[in-house]
Amino acid sequence: MVCETRKERLDTYLDGELPHEEMRTFDAHVRNCPSCSADALSRVQFKRAIHLAGKRFTPSAEFRKRMQRNMAPKAHRSFRLRWMPAAAAAVVLLVGTLTTYMGNRSGTDQVFSEIADLHVATLASSSPVDVISTDRHTVKPWFQGKIPFAFNLPELQNSEFSLLGGRMTYLEQTPGAHLIYDARKHHISVFVFQERSLPARLTDSSPKPAKLSFNMETWSQGGLRYFVIGDASAADIDGLARLFKTAS
Amino acid sequence: MDLSGANLQLDSFEELATPLFDQLYNFAHWLTQNRDEAEDLVQETYVKALKGFSSFQLGTNFRAWIYRILRNTFLTSRKGLKVTMTVPLDFDEEEDGPEAAIERDTPETLLLARSSHELLQKAIDELPVHFREILLLCEVEEMSYQEISETLAVPIGTVMSRLSRARQTLRNQLRPHPQQEAAPRIARGTNHGL
Repeated sequence: MVCETRKERLDTYLDGELPHEEMRTFDAHVRNCPSCSADALSRVQFKRAIHLAGKRFTPSAEFRKRMQRNMAPKAHRSFRLRWMPAAAAAVVLLVGTLTTYMGNRSGTDQVFSEIADLHVATLASSSPVDVISTDRHTVKPWFQGKIPFAFNLPELQNSEFSLLGGRMTYLEQTPGAHLIYDARKHHISVFVFQERSLPARLTDSSPKPAKLSFNMETWSQGGLRYFVIGDASAADIDGLARLFKTAS
Repeated sequence: MDLSGANLQLDSFEELATPLFDQLYNFAHWLTQNRDEAEDLVQETYVKALKGFSSFQLGTNFRAWIYRILRNTFLTSRKGLKVTMTVPLDFDEEEDGPEAAIERDTPETLLLARSSHELLQKAIDELPVHFREILLLCEVEEMSYQEISETLAVPIGTVMSRLSRARQTLRNQLRPHPQQEAAPRIARGTNHGL
């Protein structure tokens, strides 16, 4: 009965909104009551899930620009010092846009760098692939149940590429597929992730970091983001990318 | 008008408003459930906030203030008026204690066991707007009860009871057999309480 009464206040406790003294008493109780602590844990998980699910929508780049454009003309039409708020808004939005752009730019650099790191680290590994097969019909099913999406592998007959195998990979805790191909004795990695799970918004023309010493292609198709990277020639990277685009 | 005072005020607005842009958009999109309407709502909110910033007292809660502007703007929009005319039949929150429903089952664990993220977003989407907004303010914006009270212009007791009901409704929606239990009882009614 005591626990039932307390559970009525459990959400308020977890929101940190109980009075200080009651908070301390509650704290002590939850630590020692298996039932309440289990309930508290599941509610915390629920809160966390809502928190993550609730961060769902982001303003588009077009909207940011439109805001800036719409606010700016008011500065010229206004009189006396009334232009100042409009100008300030334009500045606010410009700064916001630039901050976001720079943040996004730095985010994309980070993604490209991590992709390069994953490529190098995998090739340096004593067991670079978890599924060793040149057969796409073996490699593709291997990923089923391991990653939360499906994708197609290209037919390589009559091409200069051969499949060596695949492995699961993670980018910023996002699961993805990592495939390794051979082209004229160069190893090429192909990474596939869910676009919406990636930490930065990329475009097909996202500028690659100048210090990136590999050739790389990236594109989005069917909600998936593909990266093809390696020290092979740009033509080979492009060729493999085209095969993937056709297969998807 | 004192120029240095105006500059100070605009600096303050920039400092306060810029970090909230993405959050305000997210909240607006949840309310309107439509990208274009969310954009219009955020734009109108910024215009109103700029216009009324001279009436804002520095040192008080800017976040609650601008969220309140956004919410009031939404409520007076065509969609806002439409949703406020639709309230659940069991919206007598003042008559119930703040935590009227005691949770014995754990739909949270069911939720975690199912493919949760999209399921949860859908369930939040289906909440009546007065539940959706308070849940988002508490769980996503991590506002205190006091801030929520200021944003929604309701007493803290109402914040607690409405939040409790919002959570309960969400849990009910996430139970198995949603076709039997998920749909809240809705009726045409007044917009009291919003």
